[in-house]
Amino acid sequence: MKKLLTPLLLLLAAALVCAGLALGQHAQVLAKAARVCLECIGVG
Amino acid sequence: MGKRVRGWIQFAALLIQNANFRGFFTGKLYQGGGKTVCVPGLNCYSCPGALGACPVGAMQSFLSARPVKLPYYVMGLLLFFGALLGRAVCGFLCPFGFIQELLHKLPFPRRKVRAFRGDRPLRYLKYAVLLVMVIALPLALAGTPAFCKYLCPAGTLEGGLPLVLLNRAGLKLPVGLLFAWKLLVLLAVLALSAVIFRPFCKYLCPLGALYGLANRAALYRMRPQMHRCTGCGACARACPMQVDPARTPNSAECIRCGLCVEACPTHALRLGVRGEAPAPGPKPADAE
Repeated sequence: MKKLLTPLLLLLAAALVCAGLALGQHAQVLAKAARVCLECIGVG
Repeated sequence: MGKRVRGWIQFAALLIQNANFRGFFTGKLYQGGGKTVCVPGLNCYSCPGALGACPVGAMQSFLSARPVKLPYYVMGLLLFFGALLGRAVCGFLCPFGFIQELLHKLPFPRRKVRAFRGDRPLRYLKYAVLLVMVIALPLALAGTPAFCKYLCPAGTLEGGLPLVLLNRAGLKLPVGLLFAWKLLVLLAVLALSAVIFRPFCKYLCPLGALYGLANRAALYRMRPQMHRCTGCGACARACPMQVDPARTPNSAECIRCGLCVEACPTHALRLGVRGEAPAPGPKPADAE
């Protein structure tokens, strides 16, 4: 069972990434990351 | 793997993740496709040099959106990095961890603090930071990435300071109390780094908490050969994270720096991939 844990986690990770891609979440990550995040730098 | 090799890998990771060098002069952020992908470590996406997105910032932006969006994509990437590498991400790929390590190499103060009363309980603080500042507060308060806003020193160092100093972000940046607070947090972390090895990673980093949870299951792991162990304790004395690798080889605190592997006189510790056949090393008697 222990041996299966890592492949299972990797499969779950792949499924989550695919679900995110299907929902266009990568584009939302880009939209957030491409602009200055005022909160992140401590002025917002 | 030697200390120097790891240092060069850390340096390369810092450079590669912040290779938009022009941004440091113009104050303009990189806006290309690289920012669709989260980097594994803590590297602010508002850093003028950043080529990728910060996973903690990205996760909070989903959780603080209304309606709330579950960050499948970011969670998947974090799980992927965690399942492959665990906290080796901290030891090899995290730019902010590398900066703290460099500061710890400073010759002053001469006396470095390895352990102190309260060290152990403080290690649990990073899990509270993850639950409260990265998940609960962004869920409760719309548009508030609490960790980034109130705590993250990497954002202040990599994003805040360069942008405020350049003042060319196309904004009149209103530097006020919040910035002063974040500057104070940053200065405290940097000053402590000279005394304590990676204090932010040990006590506050939510990514360290996540990857720590993945350490036991990660593909890249410590592979002790206990029949070689003489119980001399050299590994525990060498560990800058105060782990005892002979007892807890895959502790959530282990960043896979490999110092214990180098320190072990009987070659009882090895870092490698789960399931890989152990390489024949010198027998304990030969090693001594």
